[in-house]
Amino acid sequence: MAEGILCNRKPVNTKEDLLALLADKSGKQYYEEMNHLHVDSAALWATIQKSLKSRLRTWLEICAHCGLCADSCFYYLANNKDPKQVPSYKIQSTLGEIVRRKGDVDNAFMQMVMDTAWSKCTCCNRCGSFCPFGIDMGVMFGYLRGLCFSQGFVPWEMKIGSGMHRIYRAQMDITSEDWVDTCTWMCEENEEDWPGLEIPVDKENADILYTVNAREPKHYPEDIAQAAILFHLAGENWTVPSVGWEETSLTMFAGDWEGCRLQVQEVYNAMERLKPKRMIGTECGHAYRATVLEGPYWAGLKTGKTPVESIHYIEWVAEALRTGKLKLDPSKKLKMPVTYQDSCNYIRNAGLADTAREIMSYIAEDFREMTPCREHNFCCGGGGGLNGIGRYREQRNVGLKVKRDQIIATGAKLVVSPCHNCWDAIRDMEEIFHIGIKWSFLKPILLKMVIVPDHLKPENGE
Amino acid sequence: MYQFVTGPLAWLSFGIFLVGIIVRVVLYIKGLDWKLDRVTYTVNVSYGIKGAIRSIFFWLIPFGTRGWRTNPGFTILFFIFHTGLLFTPLFLAAHNILLKERWGISLWTIPDFAADLLTIFVIVSAVIIILRRIALPEVRILTTAYDLLVLLIATAPFITGFIAYHQAPGYQFWLITHILCGEIMLVSIPFTKLSHFILFFMSRAQIGMDFGIKRGGMKGKGFAW
Repeated sequence: MAEGILCNRKPVNTKEDLLALLADKSGKQYYEEMNHLHVDSAALWATIQKSLKSRLRTWLEICAHCGLCADSCFYYLANNKDPKQVPSYKIQSTLGEIVRRKGDVDNAFMQMVMDTAWSKCTCCNRCGSFCPFGIDMGVMFGYLRGLCFSQGFVPWEMKIGSGMHRIYRAQMDITSEDWVDTCTWMCEENEEDWPGLEIPVDKENADILYTVNAREPKHYPEDIAQAAILFHLAGENWTVPSVGWEETSLTMFAGDWEGCRLQVQEVYNAMERLKPKRMIGTECGHAYRATVLEGPYWAGLKTGKTPVESIHYIEWVAEALRTGKLKLDPSKKLKMPVTYQDSCNYIRNAGLADTAREIMSYIAEDFREMTPCREHNFCCGGGGGLNGIGRYREQRNVGLKVKRDQIIATGAKLVVSPCHNCWDAIRDMEEIFHIGIKWSFLKPILLKMVIVPDHLKPENGE
Repeated sequence: MYQFVTGPLAWLSFGIFLVGIIVRVVLYIKGLDWKLDRVTYTVNVSYGIKGAIRSIFFWLIPFGTRGWRTNPGFTILFFIFHTGLLFTPLFLAAHNILLKERWGISLWTIPDFAADLLTIFVIVSAVIIILRRIALPEVRILTTAYDLLVLLIATAPFITGFIAYHQAPGYQFWLITHILCGEIMLVSIPFTKLSHFILFFMSRAQIGMDFGIKRGGMKGKGFAW
């Protein structure tokens, strides 16, 4: 069998195909079909010749095999310094080998490559900052995931995620109507407590266009309400788009580059249609990475910038606190020891370490840094899509140990984690290891301490 | 023989070395692709240059980066080895006398005892590098015969030069071998991993531009290498 019904080289583009994949519980049939999936070596080699250019070729060639990347990798540390977890080894034995063999690899090899690309690297890019040559194995694994995707060797959930984006332009099956309904519902739920609260949809020329993570309308609609309340209290002129509201990109985790382009284009179209002054994305790391940092390249924007200036939620929070748009009650500052989970995607890879510290200075009396922190912080353990892949749950859980130990060492009782992936990983960590910590996004914390201006208080309120 | 290896063969190897590294640089730059690499090399140029300079600069300073600081032993080994590799052949008095005789130019020179010491450092560092490759599992798993060959190519001129300088029996043999080893090293640079002689700078500049332009360089203080 060259290709399976579910496991094949074709991306999912129809609801019918998506439903068939979803009906295959845990991907049982999917992975069985993968055992018989033929590797199209000619296509693989042709893709490599077209896309593996001097940067990656040089990295593969000049790696001095010095092993300095070993200790930089949380997987290497979490797996008792298993040499097979050394980043250089992981990429040389997969991508390096495919290139050496000119794409002539078999099914078993590609399955090993898939397992390595998704369960031994979260593309956190930490190794890149420890290599004297600047070899960024996270970037190379991102590239390798693209090769795997093109050959159909992709974890079941990633294939589904890519399909979701291709069909719904969201990582979950949420239509534009569902999204707008959720906004309306959240507004109605809260307008009694917050008179004048609005979630304006498709308002043109607003100061802020707000985009979210599809998990919010799907599982945590209160997050949208909290965002709305904070914008309301800050007196912001803001809006959400009815179409192009999703900032995340499971296509990026899947290595589906065409899907990546389709997804970000939808958001950029919303920017062009509604002409906001700037876009603010929710508390998510990879969403920011995808839509703000990498997206312009997928969409072919030669400036490397989004059509309107786009910032991370923490940048808006820091600005609102700095300028006094949001005022916090100093007596309500967190008293317990608190630490901050530096997300790889917007701290290491986007330079926002100081912004996060600025916010912490407003909300925590006893802020404790993890060691290491800022640009050199370790991945939460669930990045790169790993949180969502059943096949690699065990490997993910082992990887969580590094973050667990980092958190324990701070003595903090609360981990502020403005990133969906980190938040999930830390929640799961607590479920598995019971270390007695709490974790939170920024919005709920801010809402507990924000000073509500008199004119925005409900009439029957205090 | 001596005339041949220090004459036409020297010209040839210096020629291959120079043309080779220029070709490597040109090919590297030609192979950069803003869309595939996802770095706008030709837009936001000032951020790119700043990022590239920072990325190279901090890594050229011993203990200048977190990577160096967390591996102090390796850092010392690395800098001693590379300082010896670069400085000894360039500033050795004997090389400069030869240079003056043949091409009428010469650089500063270092005293012979300093060159001797640097040579010993190179050889000892190479031995430690090999031992490290054998002893540490995380390095052993990466090590190939090619790595050892490259190390041999880089170190052979020092071993043979040391023997020749100290007038061991068979001086002529060792001298000629030393010159040949040096020439093999020069010629190998463009064609082997030794190309990092120049590609180190290209690769570091590239990742520096990536961080300087796209990954936060326009917002923060620049990546804290």
